[in-house]
Amino acid sequence: MSYKVTEEGNISTVHLDGEIDMDVTEKAKEIIMPLIEAKKEVHLNLKEVQYMDSSGISVLIESHQKATELGTKVVLKEISKSVLKVIMMAKLEQILNLD
Amino acid sequence: MNVAIKSIAEQRDFVVSSSSLKEVRSFSREVFEKVNINQDLKDELVLAIAEAAQNIVKHAYQGEDTDDKMEIKISLEKGHLEIGFFDKGRPVEEKNVRHRKIDDIKPGGLGTFFIQQIMDAVVFKEGEKPWINHLVLTKNLNV
Repeated sequence: MSYKVTEEGNISTVHLDGEIDMDVTEKAKEIIMPLIEAKKEVHLNLKEVQYMDSSGISVLIESHQKATELGTKVVLKEISKSVLKVIMMAKLEQILNLD
Repeated sequence: MNVAIKSIAEQRDFVVSSSSLKEVRSFSREVFEKVNINQDLKDELVLAIAEAAQNIVKHAYQGEDTDDKMEIKISLEKGHLEIGFFDKGRPVEEKNVRHRKIDDIKPGGLGTFFIQQIMDAVVFKEGEKPWINHLVLTKNLNV
C-alpha cells in the first residue's frame, strides 16, 4: 500500500493505493488517525485500492467512529468497485459516509 | 454455470504471518484463473481464502511470530470446490468461532462473516498429525 496526503483548508485527502489487508492496517491507521485527531475532515480516496479485506474495513469503521466522537467526519471518495463490494457485504453503506 | 475445468488440486505452504497474506491471494488468484467462473466470484473466493488465512494468523497463533507454516489446498471436482486450511496453532473450538452481529458496528469480527457469506459450508475439524486444525470451506460452483 502506498499513499499521498493533500491538504485544502480543513480537509485532508488521503489517496490510498494498492491492497489493504491486515499487514498494512497499522500503517493506514498511523496515516489517518492523526488527521482525525487534529479535527480535520478526512477524505479517503479509494479509487486506486484494488483489494480490501475485513481488516481494511475495520480501519474505515474505526476512523468513522473516531471522527464522529471528535465532531468531524471521514468521507470515502471515488470508491473502487472491489472496495464498494466489500463495504456492501459488511452492510456499511448506510453507516459510513460514501461519496 | 459451466466451470470448464473438471478437476484441480493445488496446495501451497505459507509462513504463518500477516506478510504472507499477499502470497495467499496470489496463489488463490492463480488457481482460479484456470476456472471458468466470473471475476466477481473469483474475487469473493480469494477474499474468503485470505480471511481464513488471516484468522489462522490472528486467532490460532494470536499474532505471535512463528516459523510455522500453514497449508492451503484448493480442490475442484465436478464443480464442487473444497478449500482446506491446515495449521499447527492453538486448537480452534468451533463454538468459539462466531462472527459479530452485523448490526453491531465495531471494528473486527467481520472476516468470519465474509467467509460465511461467500461459502456454502464452513467446517472445523481436528487436524491429522502433524496438523492441529483443519478448516474446510466448500462451495458448489455448478449453480
